[in-house]
Amino acid sequence: MIDKLLLVALALFSISIALSLYRVIRGPSMPDRAIALDTIGVNLLSSIAIVSIVLKTKAYLEAILILGILAFIGTIAFSKYIERGVIVERKSND
Amino acid sequence: MKTNDVIIQFTAKIVFFIIFFFSIHIFMAGHYTPGGGFVGGLLTSSAIVLLVLAYDLNTVRTVLPINYIHLIATGLLLALGTAAFPMFIGKPFFTHFFDYFTLPLIGKTSLHTAMLFDAGVYLVVVGVTMTIIQRIGEDD
Repeated sequence: MIDKLLLVALALFSISIALSLYRVIRGPSMPDRAIALDTIGVNLLSSIAIVSIVLKTKAYLEAILILGILAFIGTIAFSKYIERGVIVERKSND
Repeated sequence: MKTNDVIIQFTAKIVFFIIFFFSIHIFMAGHYTPGGGFVGGLLTSSAIVLLVLAYDLNTVRTVLPINYIHLIATGLLLALGTAAFPMFIGKPFFTHFFDYFTLPLIGKTSLHTAMLFDAGVYLVVVGVTMTIIQRIGEDD
């Protein structure tokens, strides 16, 4: 029973990733794409959690945390590029 | 337009320590669980990259006055020294030693010289990643 529920949840997460992928490809503006990529990252993280329950292992917990950190830093870099046009500033303007 | 990023700077101040301690945990736990020097080094450099994104290169260079090229050299020397040390006492190259010690506050601990080699890998990974990002970042 619980296995079927986990598989259904995994299928729903992949549908959600596919819908966000549509927004990445057809997004009218760049911030839409940045938000959609962040959503894909969070859904991927939840999918890894469900896969680790299905496989009955704790070896993926570090991968979940690392994926969360990388999605955070990637979204910050993406949005800073959209706003300022530069990612790494040499010195601050003020 | 005057930019104001107080939220990202305050968040980066707190999240930097979370990522840094998590990378130390991954580095220490690499012998028995997934992780090790390479992932730990990449996570540490991503914590420093978060500071670079929130502030700027000169501020981070003032806060962390590290010459990353010297860091690469230190890591290579540490790894080579750990590998070459057994040759001086008549054992083959890359022989590792381990023993159990009773440390205060921690108790019985297994200490292994592969840890020192892993520390060399950690320093080299941090140095190479930060050198690449600094050089590309200050290029015009």
